[in-house]
Amino acid sequence: MKIVVCVKQVPSSNEVKLDPKTNTIIREADKSVINPYDKFAIEEALKIKDNLKGEVIALSMGIPATEKILRDAMSRGCDRSVLLSDKKFAGADTLATAYTLSLGIKKIKNVSLIICGKMAIDGDTAQIGPELAETLKIPHITDVSEIIKISENEITCRKINDNGYSIIKMVLPAVITVVKDINLPRLPTIPGVLKSIHASFEIINAHNATANINRIGSTGSPTQVIDTFIPERKNVAIEIEGDIDKKIDFIGDIIKEIMYNGRIDN
Amino acid sequence: MAELIIDTKKCIGCGLCIKSCAYNALSLANKKAVVDDDCVFCGSCIKSCPVEAIWIEREIVEIKDLTNYKDIWVLIEEDRDEILPVSYELLTKGRELAAEKKCDVNALILGNNIQKKFENIFEFGANKIYYFEGSEFNEKLDEVFIEYLDYVCKVYNPEIFLFGATGFGRSIAPKLAARLNTGLTADCTILSIDDNGLLKQTRPAFGGNLMATIICPNHRPQMATVRSGVMKAYKVIDKNRRKELINIEAIKLQNKKTELIERIIEEKTKSISDAEIIVSVGKGIGSQKNIEIVQKFADLLGAEIGVSRPLVDIGWAGYEKQIGQTGSVIAPKLLIALGISGAIQHLAGISGAQTIIAINTDPEASIFSVADYKVVGDCIEILKGVINKLTV
Ligand SMILES: Cc1cc2nc3c(=O)[nH]c(=O)nc-3n(C[C@H](O)[C@H](O)[C@H](O)COP(=O)(O)OP(=O)(O)OC[C@H]3O[C@@H](n4cnc5c(N)ncnc54)[C@H](O)[C@@H]3O)c2cc1C
Ligand SMILES: Cc1cc2nc3c(=O)[nH]c(=O)nc-3n(C[C@H](O)[C@H](O)[C@H](O)COP(=O)(O)OP(=O)(O)OC[C@H]3O[C@@H](n4cnc5c(N)ncnc54)[C@H](O)[C@@H]3O)c2cc1C
Repeated sequence: MKIVVCVKQVPSSNEVKLDPKTNTIIREADKSVINPYDKFAIEEALKIKDNLKGEVIALSMGIPATEKILRDAMSRGCDRSVLLSDKKFAGADTLATAYTLSLGIKKIKNVSLIICGKMAIDGDTAQIGPELAETLKIPHITDVSEIIKISENEITCRKINDNGYSIIKMVLPAVITVVKDINLPRLPTIPGVLKSIHASFEIINAHNATANINRIGSTGSPTQVIDTFIPERKNVAIEIEGDIDKKIDFIGDIIKEIMYNGRIDN
Repeated sequence: MAELIIDTKKCIGCGLCIKSCAYNALSLANKKAVVDDDCVFCGSCIKSCPVEAIWIEREIVEIKDLTNYKDIWVLIEEDRDEILPVSYELLTKGRELAAEKKCDVNALILGNNIQKKFENIFEFGANKIYYFEGSEFNEKLDEVFIEYLDYVCKVYNPEIFLFGATGFGRSIAPKLAARLNTGLTADCTILSIDDNGLLKQTRPAFGGNLMATIICPNHRPQMATVRSGVMKAYKVIDKNRRKELINIEAIKLQNKKTELIERIIEEKTKSISDAEIIVSVGKGIGSQKNIEIVQKFADLLGAEIGVSRPLVDIGWAGYEKQIGQTGSVIAPKLLIALGISGAIQHLAGISGAQTIIAINTDPEASIFSVADYKVVGDCIEILKGVINKLTV
């Protein structure tokens, strides 16, 4: 069985800070990391491979430096990786990204299952999985917390809903997006790291992917970011001073006021 | 293709743009800022530049004639025979946008046993209700809904289509956007109409650290999802409003590829995303025993308990209780935060809270930077006192 895992390079979120003076985001380190959710996607693919045999291919669209996270994916056990990289892919929204990834999947050929993370921690849209599935005209299930059964042509998943879960059976090929409690990702092993150095790493540009220029990058993106700003943090908090009894009284009063004086219903 | 332009004549080499870039796409060469391929055109640097030396140049696309596309549509979502609050919130918002655009608000409802719900849908703002009644929607499978949505969009040409950012909405809306080859903006917190009549969609990204305003100028419908509780719902009784019911055609579905085997409702894990009052606890509560006190307090207020990530990591609470970037985003009317430091990943989940009371022993804790009321002190001691006060 051929399984493709979609992995995205994201800025390491730990180092986000706001500069109080200029009110802009400052990054203290320049690290890029694999999107945290995608580690669970990789692990799930490897688990399937452990049982069913087959091949796991890590796929990404990104700048050349994305090679690093793809090598990391291979050191964890992915057999090979494909990077869609071209200046023409830059500035893609989710529709253009999904289209571009679909070209990679068509190049890889005969893929049975595509696993994405639930969402990427920078763009945060969680749209790639369903859009990729639709672009490939195959079904999908989002928010999968368990693969209950999988065979060559069918998968049964547990999908997290807002108020419980569903068990859904789906015909392959298909896309799933996975949540973070689906598994405990394995760490890279030394043999894995050694293997990853020589593992096949293929870069595909827009031309080789036979991309329709009108569907990629910023040109192929229906949405445009026209403005960005730092969300207004609230004004200065009112400090409740005094001894502990004063504080208790004050808090009790605020709670009562909010709860019983209708403010809760406004 | 879009291009980030840096005017080297204006650039003073101050480096502020480099610091502002989340993607490390900017650097200094010969004391001037330069951009490389990592740029995603998010625009953060434009604002950071003190001398206005940076802007984005976009290719001028051919303006299409989009006058055939009309009206604001809302997909009504039901759960166990009840319309979800977010659908009413969208209708209310839709009415506001429609007033500006001078168009109609149309509701689409696909489900069983829906006739009795029409009155409410009208009262919250719909001019027309498009409906199809059938039991095939009960399972909430995307595959069934997508064909109806696709049909409706192709026959009626909506200009704007709004969805709740529920688990269901976040699965069906992107599927539809890809089917129609149009844009979709996720989790919008602000929707308005700009001078050209376009839908201006503002949404948080980077775990809430950055707000982005997004438009979809050349594709229709302009699609957006909105989280529940972000917008307000209220009824209007307007006798003059034209109301219309349209029964849409049945669509034959073939070759179903997904099958629902079972759907389990877990009442207990009422999602904290919908809670009106939340008591959140972090490592500062000290020991697991103290959770009992917090629970007592929460019960008193009819509140839900939420936690910071370390409490989930050490097993004091389930993941469904985690608030933050990698947990749930909450929007309660009242949040009482106990022993939470206010790490940026945690703050990403609480920006929707209306009133925040924070209790922390550290007067410098970041949680105070977003709180309305700051209480410096031991949270458990204070909590015990408040419980006493509220029970007498
Ligand atoms: C501030 C800001 C706001 C944005 N808002 C929107 C918006 O509302 N609508 C919109 O259409 N676009 C938006 N974009 C563009 C969007 O971030 C990009 O299209 C991005 O490439 C994919 O979206 P995502 O990060 O939301 O991914 P998600 O859909 O959240 O990612 C889900 C999964 O898809 C896979 N995946 C995602 N990207 C890649 C990739 N490049 N390579 C391999 N696998 C991948 C991963 O498995 C990932 O876990 C925004 C961009 C910025 C900078
Ligand atoms: C990629 C990534 C994603 C993350 N996602 C999340 C997320 O979704 N949600 C999340 O919460 N975290 C998340 N984190 C973790 C986050 O960075 C912080 O580590 C975490 O939020 C801290 O939790 P805390 O406030 O409970 O603990 P601490 O930071 O240890 O804070 C404890 C606080 O309690 C106070 N305190 C101590 N004793 C008392 C007392 N007796 N009374 C009152 N106050 C007291 C202390 O002054 C301190 O401020 C993420 C981290 C990473 C790297």
